[in-house]
Amino acid sequence: MAANSRKAEPAPSTGTPTERARTLEQLLATKEIVISCGSGGVGKTTTAAAAAAMAATHLGGKVLVLTVDPAKRLANALGLERFGNVETRVPDSAFAAAGIEPRGELWAAMLDTKQSWDDLIARHAPDTKTREAILANSIYQNISGRFVQSHDYIAMERLYEIHSSGTYDLIVVDTPPTRNAIDFLEAPDRMADFFSSKLLRWLTAPSKSRVMNFASKPFYTVADRILGSQFLADIAEFFGLFQAMAPGFVERADAVTKILADKRTTFVVVSTLEAAPLHEAEFFIDALDERKLHLGALVLNKVLPAYLRRTATTGVAKRLCADADELAASVPDAGDAADTARVLATIGESFLNYQVVAKREAEQRASLARTPDVVAAVPYFDADIHDLAGLLQLGDQIWR
Amino acid sequence: MTALLDRKLLFVTGKGGVGKSTIAASLGLLAAEQGKRTLVCEVDAKGNLADFYEAGETAFAARELQPDLWAMSMNTEESLKEYLSLQLKIPLLAKIGPLARTFDFIANAAPGVKEILTIGKVAWEVKERHYDLVVVDSVASGHIIGQLTAPQGINELVQVGMVRNQTQWMLDILTDPAQTGVVIVSAPEEMPVAETIELAERLNTETQVDLAAVVVNRVLPELFTEREEALFDSLRSPERVEALTAAAGGDVTPVLDAAELAVTLRRTRAGHLATLRGALDPALPLIYVPYLFTRSHGARATRKVAEMLSEEL
Repeated sequence: MAANSRKAEPAPSTGTPTERARTLEQLLATKEIVISCGSGGVGKTTTAAAAAAMAATHLGGKVLVLTVDPAKRLANALGLERFGNVETRVPDSAFAAAGIEPRGELWAAMLDTKQSWDDLIARHAPDTKTREAILANSIYQNISGRFVQSHDYIAMERLYEIHSSGTYDLIVVDTPPTRNAIDFLEAPDRMADFFSSKLLRWLTAPSKSRVMNFASKPFYTVADRILGSQFLADIAEFFGLFQAMAPGFVERADAVTKILADKRTTFVVVSTLEAAPLHEAEFFIDALDERKLHLGALVLNKVLPAYLRRTATTGVAKRLCADADELAASVPDAGDAADTARVLATIGESFLNYQVVAKREAEQRASLARTPDVVAAVPYFDADIHDLAGLLQLGDQIWR
Repeated sequence: MTALLDRKLLFVTGKGGVGKSTIAASLGLLAAEQGKRTLVCEVDAKGNLADFYEAGETAFAARELQPDLWAMSMNTEESLKEYLSLQLKIPLLAKIGPLARTFDFIANAAPGVKEILTIGKVAWEVKERHYDLVVVDSVASGHIIGQLTAPQGINELVQVGMVRNQTQWMLDILTDPAQTGVVIVSAPEEMPVAETIELAERLNTETQVDLAAVVVNRVLPELFTEREEALFDSLRSPERVEALTAAAGGDVTPVLDAAELAVTLRRTRAGHLATLRGALDPALPLIYVPYLFTRSHGARATRKVAEMLSEEL
């Protein structure tokens, strides 16, 4: 647990724990788990990686970024060929290439859903026979490999496991793309419900006593007609095997739920200023509030530059469109006047086009009902990030 | 190859944030205005569809929003009830009561149940010829394979029973390129392009469902020809900026900066577009939808995209 020493003595800049963080730097200095969430395509993974890289550079300690489906480019940016379920250290050479000497260490891992499930089964199975039977069960294979919601639970489970190992000072988690952003918050509870439900007990009861059960008979009759008895038998076997692990799973799921609500955990909501992602971000902020979970920061990506909203420039752009020929004549030795006029009209029109979008985004931003203390806006720099320097450059935009 | 809107069933998918629902809503609108009786079905229950048409909320029961345009939201529990009453002739809701309570649980645990109820419902509408075209605003690209392969998966898992008997006609519809196609919506950015290429390959190797088209949304306009761009660069010299500022009656620097930003954005995106074009089968229709510089997101934007699609199709 020596690695946790950083938390024992709060950095001077963060002040007392009651003082609220005003920057991402202050926020991350006081937390052990940061969960990055938001709808797909808003730069969630890159934001998580950038925040982790900044923390490793400036705060020190061991920092892990746990991602779900990283772009190959992100692995390359971290100086890694690829990374998998096992944590890999980002080499010093990657930092050196960026001209940085980090105070701490940066580690990266990717969530391999299937592998994590298999590990989990291995841990909870009471004996080898049960373990082998579960791993071979066709329903288990389907659930662990394909079942969409299993990603949500396993991501939180893996986070819990890594956190409780005490290896890292800070873990930044990139959440899986979900149909609904709050799915993964509810995943541990759902898992616990699943194992303690009456239905599970009923399904796993011997079929004779099932027939005796008056209330469930119609259900079984219908289910049998729809799904066929073999399939039901497969399900029953699967649940039967799983039941042996139920107490362990329930306990574990409860612990995972607790860690989400722990004061060492914070959530960073990532969005762009487009309507749909922002709507989802607001929904998520409300969901966090409802569950009394800590909303630490809002990161707004791809924000258009402020100069696009200047009303003084609107008139200039309009003049460029309307009086292009006249203005072209005023430019000293610009070559062909018709060409110049066309260019002036084009840039005037382009400015007005982008102004519409910039104003729309500003309105969207202003309409946010509830925002955390830390709100960071990242300008629209479309150059793709392909090294650690690029990641840290992005990190600079959100850090202070 | 069957023209896009002449198919019977289109699954519109794509990475989050690329405007998948906009394209689905616009394709539906376009088909309806061409006189096809069209159903647009929203699958992931975010309630977005209502926003795109601004015609009130949608429910499981399809509702006619305007002549020939119908809309519904998928609800797997409702789908199961409908299926039971239609297929198994189980009329008594009382018997379905305990089923409904435990349904979510079973659906979560048994693989493919939710997926099959979704696919089954839309395929049913096609089979019964209730509509000329069903457009599904489907799940995001990460989940679409699971959804499309559900009938096959059920076929393998469930050896007997009524569900098994039901999957064959679904497969017949899904695997017929004259009837069914997938539309991947992409954007000229790195991750959407990477996901589109990956999904196109997976559709080919893991499913027998035909990829009908790739729609690239939000394509930025090319501002300049090469010659014009050189000219634009020359306009940035201090004395020219000064002359233009004086003539235009205000600082032109922000206008020049904005144009430079537009050129940079377009250039980066052109690279991603080239990657996409290079990776896809040249015979596959690649449809470009320009970026919309508008204030609105609602029905007007949907109409505008429909007009653009109409020109491209």
